[in-house]
Amino acid sequence: MADAIRIQDLRKTFRLGFIPKPRPVLKGITLTVREGEIFGYLGPNGAGKTTTIKCLLGLIRPDAGAVDIFGRSSLSPRSREELGFLPENPYFYDYLSAREFLAFTADLFGLARRDKEERIARLLALVGLERAADLPLRKYSRGMLQRAGLAQALINEPKLVILDEPLGGMDPLGRKEIRDIIVRFKDQGKTVFFTSHILQDIEMICDRVAIIVGGRIVKEGALSDLVSERVLFTEVTVAGVAAEAFGGLGESLSVQGDRVLLKVFEEAKVGQVLDLVRDRRGRLVSLSPRTETLEDIFVETVTRT
Amino acid sequence: MKIAAIAGITFKEAKRDRVLYLLFFFAALGIAASRVLAVLTVGDRVKIIKDVGLASISGFGILMAILIGTGLVYKEIDKKTIFTLLSKPLHRAEFILGKFLGLVLTLLVMTAAMTAIFLAIVYAHTSRIEAPLLVAVGYIFLELVLITAVAVLFSSFSTPILSSLFALAFTLIGHLSWGLELILRKMGPGAGRTLVRALYAVLPDLENFNFKTEVVHGLPIPPAIYLSSFLYGVCYTAFILGLAVLIFRRRDFI
Repeated sequence: MADAIRIQDLRKTFRLGFIPKPRPVLKGITLTVREGEIFGYLGPNGAGKTTTIKCLLGLIRPDAGAVDIFGRSSLSPRSREELGFLPENPYFYDYLSAREFLAFTADLFGLARRDKEERIARLLALVGLERAADLPLRKYSRGMLQRAGLAQALINEPKLVILDEPLGGMDPLGRKEIRDIIVRFKDQGKTVFFTSHILQDIEMICDRVAIIVGGRIVKEGALSDLVSERVLFTEVTVAGVAAEAFGGLGESLSVQGDRVLLKVFEEAKVGQVLDLVRDRRGRLVSLSPRTETLEDIFVETVTRT
Repeated sequence: MKIAAIAGITFKEAKRDRVLYLLFFFAALGIAASRVLAVLTVGDRVKIIKDVGLASISGFGILMAILIGTGLVYKEIDKKTIFTLLSKPLHRAEFILGKFLGLVLTLLVMTAAMTAIFLAIVYAHTSRIEAPLLVAVGYIFLELVLITAVAVLFSSFSTPILSSLFALAFTLIGHLSWGLELILRKMGPGAGRTLVRALYAVLPDLENFNFKTEVVHGLPIPPAIYLSSFLYGVCYTAFILGLAVLIFRRRDFI
């Protein structure tokens, strides 16, 4: 499979302030995103995620290194012909309606009139803004702006979609809808590169992830390789047995009425807990093994770095 | 197409700026007040109306170009709308040219409206449309185009307040630099003359676009002067825009 994005030893130092003080933001980023995959780019605030995206879009000139999009340098406007971008907080001309704004972005791609109208109608329906299409954007909620932003990112039917925090500010229903749209991109053969603070979303839809901390990639790989199937502990909720009876078998997390929530670390002890409940004529309410999550990996990586 | 799209959105944006209408109101007031001045002053009333009217169009046009122009590019950066624009296959030069043309279009509409009021007032006194006045207005507009380019240049790397001050300074210097030409005529050869010549070559001479006196007093203007002034305006504007593109191309948008 060809590479949609190839970043080689990308470095950037900002010099800001009246007496410019160098602040290295990217310290040699190297990563590759293959065509057709959904790639999650994670990192704590200030790690360099948005700066990497700005280098991809040619908004920032790298000090060193190379950034290619479908084999073209990101500094060339042609590299953005097959790219769609949704910024973190979509900033648009708030006096325009979504329909006018989409028409404007279509003009920037030089779309013919008939194509333009057809695509605008289709995108407004895709993001669920048909009824608000003629309202000025200043009257939109944050979630609606995010949808308008997603629509403008898709106006050129891009092969690569870059989304900076696409799920921020959305309600749970809206988040699910956008998540479904992103997953559909994969079915259509599009490549998605996106950042998010909501790790469950990344875990749900990404094929591969990279974790950036302090301007360096500290972990990269397929989600299945990074997140193991190993059971970390098992949460057991039982009723009708006193918490003290489980001493040594597990950690009692909470007691509510006659219900006890236990955290059992060894798999062998789970059986002993169940035997004890049976012997004491108690009742098993729930049992859920907790495997490693992306959040665990992220927290561990960031803390260690 | 892309430049036209940027110009269109710039025109829409400028149209929403209340400062534009405030300046237009005062310009209209200034043009109308020329009638009052004509009554109060000794001399040819029509000439005074023409003088004050043209000065109002020029003065308020310059203020429009500076006050709207210096905020245009800065606003895009400050409001971060530029992220959405430059993430499209758009050359930064196309962005600058679009912004420039959008403002030029705004000024064209404003100048046309001010001129219509001015010609109506002159018509009320002379009962005829005086075409030569349009020549003077045309060159005022050319000056506004150049000042717009200067405003866009400063706006591409500075804040609106500083840009306004720089653009205003450019305009003032431009209207006073003809003094250097006088000095040159009286200076003998030497290093001083070379320095003054170099300074005169670099500094703008906006008096090249000032045909008010000739038009108001009906003095003859050689066609070569029209042409040289026109070429001067076009070349200087192209130079300033080139500089703006050069600076803007190297900018990082953090």
